[in-house]
Amino acid sequence: MLNFLGKRAVASAISLVGLVLLVFFLSRLTGDPTGLYLPLDASEEARNQFREIHGLNDPLIVQFFSYMADLIRFDFGDSIRRSEPAIDVVMRGFAWTLQLTFVTMSLVVVFAVIFGSLAAFNVGGVFDRIATFFSLIGASAPDFWIAIVAIVIFSVKLGWFPTSGTGTVWHWVMPVSVLFIRPFGLILQIVRGAMITALGSAYVKTARAKGIKNRPIIFVHALRNALLPVITVIGDQAAALLNGAVVIESIFGFPGVGKLMIDSILQRDFTVVMAAIMVTAMAIFVMNLLIDILYSILDPRIRY
Amino acid sequence: MGDHLLDVKNLSVDFHTTHGTVHAVRDVSWHLERGETLAILGESGSGKSVSASAILNLIDMPPGEITSGEILFEGKDVLLMSAEDRRQLNGHRIAMIFQDPLSHLNPVYSIGFQIAETMTAHGVNKGQTREKTIELLARVGIPDPDTKIDAYPHQFSGGQRQRIMIAMALALKPDILIADEPTTALDVTVQAQILTLLEELQEETGMGLLLITHDLGVVAEVADRVVVMNAGQIVETGTASGVYHSPQHPYTKKLIAAIPGEGDMAEPLGSGAEPILEISGLSKHYGAFVALDDVSLTVLPGETVAIVGESGSGKSTLAKTILRLEEATGGQALFQGQDLIRMDANALFKVRRDIQMVFQDPTQSLNPRMSIFDIIAEAFVIHPEILAKQHWKARVCELLEQVGLKAEHMYRHPHQFSGGQRQRIAIARTLALEPKLIVCDEAVSALDVSIQAQVLALLTQLQDDLGLSFLFIAHDLPLVRDFAHRVIVMQSGKIVEQGPVEQIFDAPREKYTRSLIAASLSPDPDVQAVRRTALRKMQEAAV
Amino acid sequence: MTQIQNQDTDLPDIPKAPNPVGQTLQMLWNDKFAFVSVVFLLIVVLCALFGPLLLEDVATKQNLRGRNAPPFDFSASWPYWLGGDALGRPLLARIIVAAQNTIFVAAGAVFFSLIIGTALGLVAGYTTKTWSQVIMRLADIIMAFPSLLLAVIVLFMLDSSVFNLVIVLAITRIPVYLRTARAETLEVRERMFVQAAQVMGASTRRIIFRHILPVVFPTLVTIATLDFAFVMLAESALSFLGIGIQPPEITWGLMVSLGRPYLTTAWGLSLWPGLAIILTTLSLNLVSNWMRTALDPAQRWRLENVRKQNG
Repeated sequence: MLNFLGKRAVASAISLVGLVLLVFFLSRLTGDPTGLYLPLDASEEARNQFREIHGLNDPLIVQFFSYMADLIRFDFGDSIRRSEPAIDVVMRGFAWTLQLTFVTMSLVVVFAVIFGSLAAFNVGGVFDRIATFFSLIGASAPDFWIAIVAIVIFSVKLGWFPTSGTGTVWHWVMPVSVLFIRPFGLILQIVRGAMITALGSAYVKTARAKGIKNRPIIFVHALRNALLPVITVIGDQAAALLNGAVVIESIFGFPGVGKLMIDSILQRDFTVVMAAIMVTAMAIFVMNLLIDILYSILDPRIRY
Repeated sequence: MGDHLLDVKNLSVDFHTTHGTVHAVRDVSWHLERGETLAILGESGSGKSVSASAILNLIDMPPGEITSGEILFEGKDVLLMSAEDRRQLNGHRIAMIFQDPLSHLNPVYSIGFQIAETMTAHGVNKGQTREKTIELLARVGIPDPDTKIDAYPHQFSGGQRQRIMIAMALALKPDILIADEPTTALDVTVQAQILTLLEELQEETGMGLLLITHDLGVVAEVADRVVVMNAGQIVETGTASGVYHSPQHPYTKKLIAAIPGEGDMAEPLGSGAEPILEISGLSKHYGAFVALDDVSLTVLPGETVAIVGESGSGKSTLAKTILRLEEATGGQALFQGQDLIRMDANALFKVRRDIQMVFQDPTQSLNPRMSIFDIIAEAFVIHPEILAKQHWKARVCELLEQVGLKAEHMYRHPHQFSGGQRQRIAIARTLALEPKLIVCDEAVSALDVSIQAQVLALLTQLQDDLGLSFLFIAHDLPLVRDFAHRVIVMQSGKIVEQGPVEQIFDAPREKYTRSLIAASLSPDPDVQAVRRTALRKMQEAAV
Repeated sequence: MTQIQNQDTDLPDIPKAPNPVGQTLQMLWNDKFAFVSVVFLLIVVLCALFGPLLLEDVATKQNLRGRNAPPFDFSASWPYWLGGDALGRPLLARIIVAAQNTIFVAAGAVFFSLIIGTALGLVAGYTTKTWSQVIMRLADIIMAFPSLLLAVIVLFMLDSSVFNLVIVLAITRIPVYLRTARAETLEVRERMFVQAAQVMGASTRRIIFRHILPVVFPTLVTIATLDFAFVMLAESALSFLGIGIQPPEITWGLMVSLGRPYLTTAWGLSLWPGLAIILTTLSLNLVSNWMRTALDPAQRWRLENVRKQNG
């Protein structure tokens, strides 16, 4: 197990370093932020001073090594836009995104697993048809489109929910609902497929020959086996949300890391972009590790 | 009338598929009494398992459909019962064990949970199950049942898994046990133990045992009566001894005639010839595990050398090492004087023409997306010096006819052929390269008895015509007895004994060889009864 | 041994190969949802191919009287049946014209990521551990690299064009095919027919292209169908955020975005192109589902003519 953890950590570290390198150099290709922060008529002297403060005058390679030197001391640099440590800005946004991801994915997993299992038990039945139809629509709908349609209906026309912010529980209803739809559709499909395979397996035949009732056959025998492929997909979907549900966060004015990322990219706030990418990459690494551990709990054949 | 424990009357089951409706069983009738063992004997596709599945409501509908008949259990037709009533019969009054216990046990739950579940599903209090489970495990011969109860199926051997299945089935002392090919994938010695266990348990509980099998030896060992099935219909019924000694139906006669292990044994070849293959000191380690330990053997031109052994004996590793599918750890294998083990890629490519392999499962060894012509002609694509392109088609036709197929089959795909036909195609593919030595890795194990005989006859004929040598790897002793010139017995990576076939079978020197021969089953119930007593004595003497 | 001669009478008749095209069409017809989806997708493809050719002028002509015209006014000419946009351009015609860019971007991205991902996956699955490791780490990096940043970089470095958007989306989707192709290759390479080819002396190239690829490919095509839908949504999202396609080029996603300010007054501006996206992705999902079943022999009977049970 420890050996496995070590190997995973090394592989992730290699990927992370590669990522930092790529992002650092590629993001500088998008242009000089000076123009974006100083007034149009700023003097060349003022511009130079701005570049000097933010270390933009040095050759790129020097900038990179000084950045890496700071990074080793866990100093991610200051945000150009906010004039505070980039890591603080990112962690604030990340906390929001983490909550959003957790709430959404918990709901998704519970509903997708229950409905997917029931659909698989009677393939081609009425329930299966309804569940499949709605999950396919869910998996097919562009979330930004659903978001703006939902705003028109529930906020503007009916006035039930606020359009943006995070103040109350009511603020969360619409972003969570919209984010729920696509992973729900996808995961329900996967659960259904995996359950069909599991229910057709030899050990389910044994269970039926033993006289086990239908409910334990579905939820005890088949489900635990079917969950193994499902967990991988749940991980991928959660990773996508952790990476920032950019569009949805923007539309609902949700101060998560996704919105922060797109704003910082457009504003050339490089330190924040770098910090955000590293934080989310680490979070996804930790989550993947949790998934591997979950795997070995669910399936005794898997030992690392 | 109506006094049988279980009475299947005029049962017909259809399956609806693309290629129309398949009549899986037609108008099948048989019955089973308490304390009796009935065997349903049939080859693959005979529908031998279908009626058992119907009894336990295990047939998926659709695509299956019961079109006629009744199944009377204690006089009541189960087909007319509610699903809940039928569930209460399953596992409680009628239980079943299957072939391939690994896939039939749930991999993610402990065996203790799975055995206890049979009891709790039928109303036994959860608190009492653990003790009872340990008792059952001890009864079926699982060592350390107190700790093993919490282990998972993958942590047991094949034979132990089947014992666990039996414990699970017998938890509630059912009136009927259905055993579907319970020993098919097991080694002969393990098979003998499992069959003995089933017989003992039947004596203890007085249950009716329904045994579904393709193996006449198993029938001879345990069955009182036998039902022979072919193509969905019963062709013959009778006592095990009666059916063997005086079969009435032509199909039964053919089946019994095809059983190996009864004919004359081959004379050893003269030892004057230069060996074509000479292996010495070959070894293969996987980490600390020794798969091959100092193996030495020779094969003469035109000779068939059989390698027998149980699973884990290293016989397949030996084949793979010679063919360089695995790299040997040490030793040498001289083929016509050249060392295969240390050969460079170029020389190896040339020698590939001379040494070929026929794999166990022809379904998997033929690429499903290639036509038969492409599969056989691939030899000429890889080794263009064999034949100019304009002759390929004629040669493929010739090869197909040589292995007993028709030329017009060459544009079809593997899935359109039966198992025996596929193995013929695999043999034609190896012949395309005009090899001198063919390694057959369990080449007929997956085939039905009558097909096995045909394929072996083909191999014998090819040996006579072309002077081929065979390295014939098998676990089935009767087959080897009929086919080989010389036999090599392997155990745990080592050669235990080798010699001419007559010496091994009639005067084995090593104890392991003797136990292998004693454990293999004779299709004659009378002979088997004698062997059984002898084997029990041997086992008792060993204890 | 009792000799049994190989008489041809012993061989059961070999079933004739069913006509694969006919059988596929029959199975498609049996699944009505999939059938309708395929018809719909064909219409979309026809719009994409010929829409701009026939309707470019109609779709770009501004018409002050048609500004934010309401839908379902069947007295107007047919391009206005779904209403007009803020500049009075007919919505239906614009949706048909936008189909080209939308479909082209998705198809291009799927095509390139499929080819490159599959090639890398085959290499990673069949060669040495080192190469496999290098390729897998590369996939990790691509997975972690935010596609938004990539889009912005390309937008600034090159400029916004349909082709550049294809590149961005293709890069982000490579890992999907790479991982699948590698996993499948690792499994298929252990199969006996691959060993049989090795024993015959087949070269690595021959084993990969003749034996492994044909077995792996159907799975990848099924995934590609599903991914086509995903890429369409991704393109829409990028265009919606303003870092994808730029006007006057047009895609469905961009149309949704452009209609956003008028949501309360002319909801159709966003609704109709959004519906076009949903219907297309839904169709792709249904076809992909059908393909998965049709390609899996164990599931296949569900699509075949199963006789209804009596009672």
